Amino acid sequence: MIRHHLFWPVAALALLIVLNAVVNPAFLELRMQDGRLYGGVVDILRNGAPTLLIAVGMTLVIATRGIDLSVGAVAAISGAFACTWIAAGGHAFTAMTLALGLCVLLGLWNGFLVSVLGIQPIIATLVLMTAGRGGAMLITEGQIITINDPLYRQIGAGFLVLPIAILISLGVLLLVGALTRGTALGMLVEAVGTNPRASRLAGVRSRTIVWTVYVFAGLCAGVAGLMISSNVSAADANNAGLWIEMDAILAVVIGGTSLAGGRYSLTGTMVGALVIQTLTTTVYNVGVAPNAILVFKALVVIAVCLLQSPHSARLFGPRRRAASAPHRSEEVTAA
Amino acid sequence: MTETPTRSADPVVDMRGITVEFPGVLALAGVDLRLYPGQVHALMGENGAGKSTLIKALTGVHPPTSGSIHLNGGPVEFTAPAQAQAAGISTVYQEVNLCPNLSVAENILLGREPRRLGAIDPRAMRVRSAQLLERIGLSVDPGSVLGSHPIAVQQLVAIARALAVDARVLVLDEPTSSLDTDEVGELFRIVRVLRDEGVAILFVSHFLDQVYEIADRMTVLRNGALVGEYLPQETERLELVSAMLGRELGTLEEVERRAEERTPGTAPLLTAEGLGRTGAIAPFDLEIRASEVVGLAGLLGSGRTETARLLFGADRADSGTISVDGRQVRPRGPRSMIAHGVALCSEDRKAEGVVADLSVRDNLVLALQAARGWMRPVPRRTADALVEEYIERLDIRPADPGAIMGHLSGGNQQKVLLARWLITRPRLLILDEPTRGIDVGAKAQIQKVVTELAADGMAVLFISAELEEVVRVCDRVVVLRDRRKVTELDGDTVTVDEVMAAIAEHEPEAVAP
Amino acid sequence: MNVLDVTRARERIERLPQRFLPVIATFVVFVLTFGTGSVLYDGFASPQILTNLFVDNAFLIVLAVGMTFVILTGGIDLSVGAVAALSTMIAAATLQAGWPPLLSVLAVLVAGTALGLLMGLVIHFFDVQPFIVTLAGMFLARGLCLLISVESISITDPAFRTVATGTITLAEGVTLTYSVLIALAVVLAAVYVLHLTRFGRTVYAVGGSATSARLMGLPTGRVRVGVYAVSGFCSALGGLLFSLYMLSGYGLHGVGMELDVIAAVVIGGTLLTGGVGYVAGSVLGVLVLGTVQTLISFEGSLSSWWTRIVIGVLLLAFIMFQRLIVRRTE
Repeated sequence: MIRHHLFWPVAALALLIVLNAVVNPAFLELRMQDGRLYGGVVDILRNGAPTLLIAVGMTLVIATRGIDLSVGAVAAISGAFACTWIAAGGHAFTAMTLALGLCVLLGLWNGFLVSVLGIQPIIATLVLMTAGRGGAMLITEGQIITINDPLYRQIGAGFLVLPIAILISLGVLLLVGALTRGTALGMLVEAVGTNPRASRLAGVRSRTIVWTVYVFAGLCAGVAGLMISSNVSAADANNAGLWIEMDAILAVVIGGTSLAGGRYSLTGTMVGALVIQTLTTTVYNVGVAPNAILVFKALVVIAVCLLQSPHSARLFGPRRRAASAPHRSEEVTAA
Repeated sequence: MTETPTRSADPVVDMRGITVEFPGVLALAGVDLRLYPGQVHALMGENGAGKSTLIKALTGVHPPTSGSIHLNGGPVEFTAPAQAQAAGISTVYQEVNLCPNLSVAENILLGREPRRLGAIDPRAMRVRSAQLLERIGLSVDPGSVLGSHPIAVQQLVAIARALAVDARVLVLDEPTSSLDTDEVGELFRIVRVLRDEGVAILFVSHFLDQVYEIADRMTVLRNGALVGEYLPQETERLELVSAMLGRELGTLEEVERRAEERTPGTAPLLTAEGLGRTGAIAPFDLEIRASEVVGLAGLLGSGRTETARLLFGADRADSGTISVDGRQVRPRGPRSMIAHGVALCSEDRKAEGVVADLSVRDNLVLALQAARGWMRPVPRRTADALVEEYIERLDIRPADPGAIMGHLSGGNQQKVLLARWLITRPRLLILDEPTRGIDVGAKAQIQKVVTELAADGMAVLFISAELEEVVRVCDRVVVLRDRRKVTELDGDTVTVDEVMAAIAEHEPEAVAP
Repeated sequence: MNVLDVTRARERIERLPQRFLPVIATFVVFVLTFGTGSVLYDGFASPQILTNLFVDNAFLIVLAVGMTFVILTGGIDLSVGAVAALSTMIAAATLQAGWPPLLSVLAVLVAGTALGLLMGLVIHFFDVQPFIVTLAGMFLARGLCLLISVESISITDPAFRTVATGTITLAEGVTLTYSVLIALAVVLAAVYVLHLTRFGRTVYAVGGSATSARLMGLPTGRVRVGVYAVSGFCSALGGLLFSLYMLSGYGLHGVGMELDVIAAVVIGGTLLTGGVGYVAGSVLGVLVLGTVQTLISFEGSLSSWWTRIVIGVLLLAFIMFQRLIVRRTE
C-alpha cells in the first residue's frame, strides 16, 4: 500500500482530519438544517471548491507539459466582470455567461501563445498573470464592487443539501474524469505531454489538444472566480483568487502529477486540493495563530514533495518506482 | 601503420572482475578489461551487452558494485566523472556532451580555465584552446559559439576538450554514429595521432569496418559478460559477429531469398514532382509503387531525412506537388498524409517516436487512435489483441503490453514503433534509419519484416546509412548527394559498388547554401 | 597572420550583435520609453529623473541580479519577494529590540542566504522542481513575517535613518542614495562572478546543458545549490535596501515583487530556459519597468494598475522578440 502514489497525500489528509477531530470532537459532526448539511467537513468542501475546480483545469494543462499561472488573474477578471455587470443593473445569468465567455477568450489567448506561437507556457501565462489583475482593476475601476443578487449568490454560497460550489467542482471533476478516461482523450493528452514531437508525427492533433486544455483551464478559473465573488457578494480585483494558482499547482503536484507532464491523476488532484484546504481549516481549528498558516502550508508542501521524491523513497522503504529508476536510465543510455 | 602491438608495456587501465548491479538487474558480471598505452582497443557487443555500463564504471558515472580498477598499477575508486577526469581518463560521448550556448574555447577548457589572480584569463583561454584545436587540426574560431557548428565539429571539439587534461586514457563512446565518411576519416586521423603519442584509446562502435580499420585489439561483451579478447588480424569478421551474437547468422540469408519474391505494381502509388524545400532538399521527382521497396541512400546530411519529412508532410514543401494514386494532395502536416495511407518511422527514435511514460499498448495504438480521433477509443480488447499479435510477430520483449515503453531496449522500442504504423495498415511506409543503433538480431528481424510487408503489397521507402542493408532490402535505390537527388538505380545496378560510385561520382563543386 | 587577425576581428564584430541583440533591444526600448516621456512631459528629461530610476529601484536591481543567476541555470525563484519582505521584518524587529544595526544587517543577510541555501539543497538533493520548492519558500518566508508581527514595524534606528536619507550629490540638483551605490556594487560583483570565475561559467554551462556539465566533471551540484544561495543573499540585501527605502518592516511588503523581478529579467533578454542572458540586461529590464512607472505617475490621469498592464504588454513584446531571434538562429 505504501507503494501507491497516493499513499502519502491520503495519509496526510487522514492525519489532518484526525487531528481536527481530536482537538474539536464536533468537527466530524454533520447536522441538517433547512435541508442543508452543515459541519466541519462540509466547510472544508465548500471553501475548497474554487481551488479544486481550478486544480482540475490545471491538471490537464500540466499533463500536456504546460502550466497556467494566469488562473488567479482570470478568476479575478471573471468575478470583477460579473459583479460590475450586475451592479450596472444587468441580469445575473447574463453576467455569468458573459464573464465565462470572457474567460474562454483569455484561455484561447493563452492557448494561442503556447500551441501556435510555441512560447514556453510558464512565460506565456506570466503575461496574463501580470497584466490580468490590472485588467480586473480596469473593469472595476479600482473599486471593490459589492452587489446583492440572490441568484448570483447561489453559485458560491448556495446549498442543494451540500454547498452548490462543491457540487459544481465535483461535477466538473467527474465529467472530466469520464470524458478523458472514457474516451482516448486522456491517453492523447498524456502522449502529447510526454513527447509532443512524437505525438505530432503519429498524427495526434497536439496543437488542438494543447489549445483546448488552456481554454478549459480558463473556463474553470472563470467559474471559480464567480464562486469566490459570489461567496462574499463582492468583487475585489486585487485580492480575489490571490495565490490560487499556487494552491492549484500544489494540489496537482501533491496529487502525484509531475510538472514535467505526461501521466496525470485527477483523483490525486482532488486529494491534493482537500489536503490544502483541510490544512487551512486545521490551523484555524487547532487554535494556532492564523498567521502561521503559510508556514504550515510550506511545511506540508515540502514534506509531501520530499516523500514523493524518488530520492527519499530509498530512505523510506523499497518502492517500485524508485527501484526501476536507475534500471530505466541504463536501458535508455544503452539504446 | 605501426608495428603489431606488443604486450610488453604495462596496462594503463586494468579493470578486473567488474560487476555492476542495479536493483533487480545484473548489468555486468565480472568483466575484465585492460588498456595499453599507444593502442586502440575496440569494445563491441549488442545493445544491452554492457558496453555503456562498463564505460560508466571506468569513468565514475556508475561506480561498480564489486571488482577493482587499477590505474598505472595503483588501485582507484571513482565515484564521480570529475575524479576520473582528474586522473587522466577522458570520455567523448556518442551524443555530444558539451554546452551549445558557450564558446568553443570555453567548452574545451571549462572547469580548468587558465586563471590570473583568481579570475579567468580570457586571452590565455583563447591561446590555449587554439593550441589544442591546432593539435587536432581543426580550424574553427575558439571564440565562436559551439552551437553554431555542425555536430561533427562539435564532436572534434569534444576530443580537443579531452586532450586538454593530458588524457592518458581516451574513451570514445560510439563517436562515429552521426558522422559521414569524410568526418570519420578525420576522426581516425586524430585518433592515430593520439595513439602514436601514447594515449590508450577505448573505442566503442557498431561498425565492423571501422573497428577493423582502427583497432589494435577488440573486446566483445554479451549480456553483461565478457566473451573474449581478439586481435583483428587473427579474427575473421564472421567469427567476431557470431561472438557478439552468440548465434549463427541464418536470418540474414533468409532475407536475401525473400527479396526475390516481389512483383512491384505498375501504377505509381505516390508521385512527387519537383518537390523541394530551400535549405533541405533541391526539387526532385520520385515514384513509388505498391509492393516495392525503394531505398534512399546518401551520406549524412545529403537530404535523406528531409526528403522523408517532405513526403510525410512533417515539413512544408516550398515547391512541387505530391500525388497519391494519381490525384494531387496538399499535405498540411502529418495528419493529412496519414489519411492518405502514408506512415513515417522517424530516425530520431527517442525524440520523435517513443512516448516513454506510456505503456507499450498505448504506444502501439497511438497512431491508430490519433487517426480515429479521441471520441472513438480503440476498445481495450481490440488493443490487447493487436498488441499481442505484434509482440509475437515482431518478437517484442518483454512480452508485456503494460510494460512502460521507456524501460524497453532500443531495438524493442523500434519494433513497437514499427508496429504502431503497421496496425494503421499504411500503403506507403517510410522507414528512416529503422535499424540504427539497435542490435544485429533486431536488425535482421526488421529487415525481414520489411520484405514481408512489400511482398504483401505495401510500398516501402527505406532509408539507411548502411549501403549493404539498402542493397539487400531494396528493389530500387535513389541516391542523394548534397541535398540533391543525383540518380536512381534499379535491377542489376543495385549493388554496393554502384551506389557508392553514385554517391562519390563527382567532387561536390560547392556546398549548398 | 595579420589578415587572419583582421578577419577574426571582423567575425567577432559580426557575431556581437547576434549575442547581445536582446540586451541591445532592451536598451532601445529603454531609450524609447524615456524619450516618449521627455517628449510628452516637461521636466521628464532631467538627470534627476534618470537617477531616480536607480534610487527608486535599487532593491529591484539587487533582486534581479540574484534572479538572473537562478534563471541562467534554468531554474526559477518565486521566493524573492517574500524573502525581501522577511528581511525588512527581521531588520525592523531586531532594531526595535535594540540590536546594533550591523548585527541586524548581518542577521538579515545570514537568514536570507540560509533560506536560499536550504531551498537549493532541497532542489538538488531531492530533485523536486525549483518552482515548487521556491513556492514553498515563499509561503514559509511570508508566514515567518506574520509570525514576527502582523503589523508594520517602523524603523527608528538613527544609523539606519542616516543611511536611508543620506544623499550623494553628483551635480547641481542631481542626487543619489547609498542604496544605489550598493546596488551598483552588487551588479559589478555579479558581472565579475558570472564572467570571470569558474562558478559563473559553470552557471552558464548548467543552463546550457546540465547533463553535459555533469559529464564534463563540473561541480554542477554546488552550482545548482549555490545560485539559490546567491538569490537568497540578493533577496536579503534587496530587502534591506527596501527597508531603507520604506523605513519600515512589513509582512506584506513586496507582494508580487517576484513577478516584477522575473519580468525585468525576461525583458532584459535572459532566456527562461537557461544558459543565455546578461546581468546588464536585467538591470536594463528594471530600468524599463521603472520608466514605465514614472511615465504613468507623470500622466496622472492613468491609474496605477495601468503599470501592470503595460508590464504585461512589454513582457509579451519581448517574448515574441526572443522567439523570433531563436527561430532565426535555428
